[in-house]
Amino acid sequence: MNYFNQSLASLHEALATGAFTSEQLMQQSLDNIEATDKDIKAFLRMNEHALEQARAIDAKGISDDQVLAGIPIAIKDNILTKGLRTTAASKILDNFVPIFDATVIEKLQQAGMIVIGKTNLDEFAMGSSTETSAYQMTHNAWNHDKVPGGSSGGSAAAVASGQVIAALGSDTGGSIRQPSAFNGVVGFKPTYGRVSRWGLITFSSSLDEIGIITRNVTDNAKLLNVLAGLDEKDPTTVANETDFTQNLNGDVRGMKIALPREFMGEGVDPQVRDAIIAAADTFRELGATVEEVGLPYSKYAVPTYYIVASSEASSNLQRYDGIRYGFRAPDAKTLEDVYVKSRSEGFGAEVKRRVMLGTFALSAGYYDAYFKKAAQVRALITKDFMDVFKDYDLIMAPTTPTPAFNIGEKIDDPVTMYMNDMLTISANLAGVPAASIPAGFNDEGLPIGMQLIGKHFDENTVYRAGYAFEQATDFHNQVPTVGGEA
Amino acid sequence: MNFETTIGLEVHIELKTKSKMFSPSPVTYGAEPNTETNVIDWGYPGTLPTINKGAYELGMKVALALHADIAHYTHFDRKNYFYPDNPKAYQITQSEFPLGSNGYVEIEVDGHTKKIGIKELHIEEDAGKNTHGNDGYSYVDLNRQGTPLVEIVSEPDIASPEEAYAYLDKLRQMVQFTGASDVKMEEGSMRVDSNLSIRPIGQKEYGVKTELKNLNSLVKVRDGLTAERKRQEEVLMAGGEVRPETRRFNIDTGKTELLRVKEGADDYRYFPEPDLPPMRISDDWIKAVADHLPEMPDKRRKRYVEEMGLPAYDAGVLTDTKEMSDFFEATVADGADPKQASNWLMGEVNAYLNANKLELPDTKLTPAHLAGMIKLISDGTISSKIAKKVFQEIIKNDTDPKQWVEAKGLVQLSDPAKLTPIITEVLDNNPDSITSFKNGKDHALGFLVGQIMKQTHGKANPKVVNKLLLAELDKR
Amino acid sequence: MVSKAQIKHVAELARLSFSDEELDHFTEQFDNIIDMVEQLNSVDTTDVPVMTQVTDLVNVLRDDVAQKPTPRAELMENVPESADGLIKVPAIMEKED
Repeated sequence: MNYFNQSLASLHEALATGAFTSEQLMQQSLDNIEATDKDIKAFLRMNEHALEQARAIDAKGISDDQVLAGIPIAIKDNILTKGLRTTAASKILDNFVPIFDATVIEKLQQAGMIVIGKTNLDEFAMGSSTETSAYQMTHNAWNHDKVPGGSSGGSAAAVASGQVIAALGSDTGGSIRQPSAFNGVVGFKPTYGRVSRWGLITFSSSLDEIGIITRNVTDNAKLLNVLAGLDEKDPTTVANETDFTQNLNGDVRGMKIALPREFMGEGVDPQVRDAIIAAADTFRELGATVEEVGLPYSKYAVPTYYIVASSEASSNLQRYDGIRYGFRAPDAKTLEDVYVKSRSEGFGAEVKRRVMLGTFALSAGYYDAYFKKAAQVRALITKDFMDVFKDYDLIMAPTTPTPAFNIGEKIDDPVTMYMNDMLTISANLAGVPAASIPAGFNDEGLPIGMQLIGKHFDENTVYRAGYAFEQATDFHNQVPTVGGEA
Repeated sequence: MNFETTIGLEVHIELKTKSKMFSPSPVTYGAEPNTETNVIDWGYPGTLPTINKGAYELGMKVALALHADIAHYTHFDRKNYFYPDNPKAYQITQSEFPLGSNGYVEIEVDGHTKKIGIKELHIEEDAGKNTHGNDGYSYVDLNRQGTPLVEIVSEPDIASPEEAYAYLDKLRQMVQFTGASDVKMEEGSMRVDSNLSIRPIGQKEYGVKTELKNLNSLVKVRDGLTAERKRQEEVLMAGGEVRPETRRFNIDTGKTELLRVKEGADDYRYFPEPDLPPMRISDDWIKAVADHLPEMPDKRRKRYVEEMGLPAYDAGVLTDTKEMSDFFEATVADGADPKQASNWLMGEVNAYLNANKLELPDTKLTPAHLAGMIKLISDGTISSKIAKKVFQEIIKNDTDPKQWVEAKGLVQLSDPAKLTPIITEVLDNNPDSITSFKNGKDHALGFLVGQIMKQTHGKANPKVVNKLLLAELDKR
Repeated sequence: MVSKAQIKHVAELARLSFSDEELDHFTEQFDNIIDMVEQLNSVDTTDVPVMTQVTDLVNVLRDDVAQKPTPRAELMENVPESADGLIKVPAIMEKED
């Protein structure tokens, strides 16, 4: 079976009333993935114990309040799953079997959800097309010649193609929102600190955030209820008492929404721009106000991001040295060989580029001009956001400048590829919550995403607006005609 | 040509905590390799550090004891370098805002006191340990990885190897008193890297410095620096140049040897640790930590001399460690005479500890028992000869000295009613000795005392015996 | 312009190696990236704070309580080469000390 016409609520209903068992649901999901993933290639590997875990849930029984129990979920392969190989789509972790679960996995399991498998990504989440994966090319659910976006391309394509009802991703510069936009699904990056990063293979410590990809806003909010909260293992997390589903009532009357002109300017495809203008009108019709504002420093977001993220990454990825885990070059004779050969053979081109950029930006004589400068511009970009949020509840914008591009189109031109993230990066630099909501299709039938950006720890306003928009439109109900069944 | 010497010391001190600096795995010593670690210590993907509050406060204690200013704002930084004992390939340390700065230690060399400045103290994590096999491999044990360290960086105020020795000895002592560390160089809980340069007297700029690594005792630091100073002098006198090098001291040859030439500055790419929120340290917090600092050795020494009337030498020995000093004070508080307590601690107690390679807390001796024994001596209940027996008992077992001497019948015989008949008997049996004594032969008295002691199995109180014997002799 | 020598130095710091051909291609790409990031030079950052974190959290501290270590056998499962509970690496040379 596929999940096109399902929600977490409908699945729970069926499981709780015995319409099907968790084992049946798991088996049918696995069968469907086997049939459809030849075309999509969203999954790197399946959880061999998934059926067994489903049977265990069935044996315990699913009560009415266990709203997520027995439901399969897909996990981006940079989130550690104990006993289930986790590679970050890198050769350097090809043989790596985690000996502990990420906090988010523990939380999902406590809620009774079952990891069905691990999804493809750009190597170490560095990329915007999932093309830098060391393993396979994932395809856009709507058009197999197009990229699924990245880096959570596997997770987004899996949800969009009906393989799963939900998937976890991670978002460092747009890695949940951009593939969600490209695949016409709901992707959400919560506030930095909302969800524990313990067990997320670090790319950039101050930017990474785990988030959720679903078919609709309600499902997304339900999952955030499970994932959010203080984790003593991650000192950047905070306690949470919010119910993220509480404002899903369709009412946005009086909401003040800002539309930054910098996000609608040069480089943004006219069809994307039109979809966002139409979305603004929808919000106005629903009783919100939408006004144009300026985020002047956002034009520096891409270079700022590439310095900050790459600098942190250059340090974070030094631990892949061939000594304690992961790939060690088989012909390494000296210690220096172990380091240099393992890393040079284990990392792909994009990872090496960023490690090099980051090492350069932190090196003696360049620190002030690159790292420090970028960290200061980051403060200015953040201040822009804070200033807008003094007068507005929410920011709306396109998620991406264009819909999904062709496979292979940008892979050898890093700078063009990086510009693809220009609209999503600012939210990471500022640490604010941001979602991508389906907002239309271009004339090729490719999905267009609308980005909604909220204040720190105000996920509820994002969800509220996203839900109201979803109720007023029909984009999220469209399904791709690929993957065997429609 | 005459030279002056400049020495800078970097001292790493392991803080005595239950858990590691940035992970909750245990800090233990001598465990099987890699058994006291966790995934954080191993730098596993997806792991994150957390700050050990207790460790930070111990660092603050050390800084305060060394008269340093505590930073009110700080964050941790990453120092990046690849090495097998450095699992993340970065060390979490403090670079931009060290824990403390502007401290000092006062030393005394050849009767002169001098202040040695402390530039800064910072908290960081220790590395694991590499051992080098003969098989072309090295082996890594990560048990030590993450152990909290405070690094103490001196100003270049130290002008001789003797001053370096005095500085380190004083530093060790002061840190030991804070209880923050065992500060044992032999065991590696205190490690010293030293830099030395010389320059012709009058020259303004410093000479080229060399670094001496891994000197694991105070004597080796002093002798190593002395050897290095001599080498540099010889190089300069011969018209040569000192190169920036890392060297090591060969104890067998008494000379320093080249380890490696330093090529350019290392590029550690320091930047603020993004995984750990910064710290703000309030005056209240600093005060709370300062309130838990014990009285430092300098103050104690002064008090022992001025208030207790001890010789300066005694005061020095007693304040060598906090354990000894606390023990001494408790013994006095339990009623012992300070000089007697000092004599016992410096004499029998230290001899016992040295002979058995023990430390005070390893024995059963308590201040109450030591004070009890000293009181038994001063009130004449036991002789100093018996006291040595009592001491062997109370240091090995948790025994009350008074009850023990009574139970063992070791109480001195001081009662004249019991002693007089014995004395009479001895005199009656030794008329020759009486004659000798009357003729001025003093040794006869000693003989008679000996006979009395023999009769009483050594229990007779010698003072009382002497008095009674002389009185009895008078009568004859 | 970033020189090939500079790129080589950075590669040494990062423990990466590139063939000559890779290096040429890479130097060109790196130049483009550097051109892009040098846009930041036009921003006036006088008196602007250095922002390296996004949360306002301070003093997130853990009490000094030891937790159970991870069993060595589990940690050893992923080690490429080990012996007697130790991680094995080709000999460390003095010069790297």
